[in-house]
Amino acid sequence: MATSSIPTGSELMKNGFVARRRMIGNVMRVFLFLSAALSIFVTTAIVFILVWDSAPFFAQIPIADFLFGTMWTPVFSNPQFGVLPLLAATLQTAALAMIIAVPFGLTMAIYLSEYARPAVRETIKPALEMLEAVPTVVYGYFALLVMTPFFQNFIPGLKGINLLVPGIILGIMILPYVVSVSEDAMRAVPNGLREGGYALGMAKWQVALRVVIPGAFSGITAAFILGMSRAVGETMVLAIAAGQNPNLTLDPREGAATITAYIVQMSLGDVAYGSLAYQTIYAVGLLLFLITLSFNITGFYLRRKFREAY
Amino acid sequence: MAVTTEVNMGAKPVKTDQGAFDAATSAKRKDLFFAAGGLIVMVISMTLLLTLIGDLVIRGIARIDGDFMVSFPSRLPERAGILSAWVGTLLVMLVTALLAVPIGVGAGIYLEEYARKGWLSNLIEINVANLAGVPSIIYGLLALGLFVYGLDLGKTVLVAGMTLALLILPIVIVSTREAVRAIPRVIKEGAYGLGADQWQVMWRYIIPAARPGILTGAIVGLSRAIGETAPIITIGALTFIAFLPPPPISGDFPFISFDWLNAPFTVLPIQMFNWVSRPQADFHTNAAATGVVLMAMTLSLNGVAIWIRYRLRKSYRN
Repeated sequence: MATSSIPTGSELMKNGFVARRRMIGNVMRVFLFLSAALSIFVTTAIVFILVWDSAPFFAQIPIADFLFGTMWTPVFSNPQFGVLPLLAATLQTAALAMIIAVPFGLTMAIYLSEYARPAVRETIKPALEMLEAVPTVVYGYFALLVMTPFFQNFIPGLKGINLLVPGIILGIMILPYVVSVSEDAMRAVPNGLREGGYALGMAKWQVALRVVIPGAFSGITAAFILGMSRAVGETMVLAIAAGQNPNLTLDPREGAATITAYIVQMSLGDVAYGSLAYQTIYAVGLLLFLITLSFNITGFYLRRKFREAY
Repeated sequence: MAVTTEVNMGAKPVKTDQGAFDAATSAKRKDLFFAAGGLIVMVISMTLLLTLIGDLVIRGIARIDGDFMVSFPSRLPERAGILSAWVGTLLVMLVTALLAVPIGVGAGIYLEEYARKGWLSNLIEINVANLAGVPSIIYGLLALGLFVYGLDLGKTVLVAGMTLALLILPIVIVSTREAVRAIPRVIKEGAYGLGADQWQVMWRYIIPAARPGILTGAIVGLSRAIGETAPIITIGALTFIAFLPPPPISGDFPFISFDWLNAPFTVLPIQMFNWVSRPQADFHTNAAATGVVLMAMTLSLNGVAIWIRYRLRKSYRN
């Protein structure tokens, strides 16, 4: 029937065409919805698994002992579960990373958004993106086998495994991300504000420092907070070059295990399901998740507030 | 302030406000200083990285030969190779791509075209942004608790692929949404005007038009996944594998086998990590060689992505 002439609406209804299309449409709608809902499921699953698998740990060890204890020796015969050594090493390397990433990132972002000609910008931005694609284990190789021996020539007392070099490498690693987010923020500052500055007789650098940076302030802060969150959660560089020995120290020339390095170390040793060692990686994992989550949420709202401002 | 900054060369000077003139020159100098500073910082960091990468290539490239690619790891550094590692990487990436691309594109299209703006779509949006910032090792802990022990799937190629798929899902979702958002409304409205239903519009018009953007996102995501080490270590991948997963095609009926999905495996970054952590210098050379192979894979994928985006921008301009 449909072959001889263009089918009419009632014919399409009768031969099931409409019903079939409607069914395909409904099936696809459900598939698409489930795909989108999966992200909610993943978040819920992360929280659930971290809490569920660390709950037996927190049932045995008081949270105050965990948070404020200064010894982390979970596999010793007289185990201590104070997370401070791991936390201190994590925050110390992240702070070192920020010392590199903040001034370098800010200078590069100002240059790209205010000074560079479009052609230069269009070459540099993809190059920065390529740098983001360098695998972290390769950065770990650089830190342990290239940079540390090099730095040992200048810095007396720098151990083969230390916090300083991984911290610097972390700073270089998060640099492309920090630059691209803060440059986006600076470019979002309306040109009218810049022109106002020029009309008052400001030079370019004055406009950059006194108009663009204050105008993009929450966006730039968001870039740094999100970069910090990445540094805190970074794993391989620290597992390779900062060592796996919990060590409460303020001397960055020494090595110390971070939270992530501890998880890697335990995972390599094939932990038995449900054992106390297994529970500890979820306990420190939960702490790591909460730290990065608070950074991420702060960064997210700063960025959103910034977008609303313009 | 009366500002006169012109200077007549040679001729007798007109009334010049010397203070303003000085201010202007000093501002110019500071500007130059600023621009140069930005450029120098950029050049320093780029040079540093290029030196490091060059060093890696020089140390590693000589080690890469046919034997290195087709040998299993060994206790003897000169006989060790990366066969099981690169085969493992390819298989895991296959699983990751087959899972992450359809689901990520589906989610992106749902959020952009189907979802009504409301608390639910807002919640999903915040959630996706947040998932992109969760450290990769946390995904490893999720996979260890949920896939390996909760669902009892074991430490297999399938689990690794699923884990990395979850990890790169936010990247695919975000790039799909951006690609879909950039499609002109008239295309959609024209299709609806011809009587197409919503899924037909998506399948015939939106997805093809968004394909370059989707492809870019998928490639960038995969290149990220290739280099990921931490979550794979966390689910307990082995570091010493001297055999290959069973082949997907067999001589007997039914000819296609999925046993490789359930095989233990290792991947390139884990092999590299393993060799970096050993004390012998010969293993460090092997690590450098593995690093070169790894970098070649991720950088060429990224190069393809950048090229696609460049072509895309050109085609919009015309």
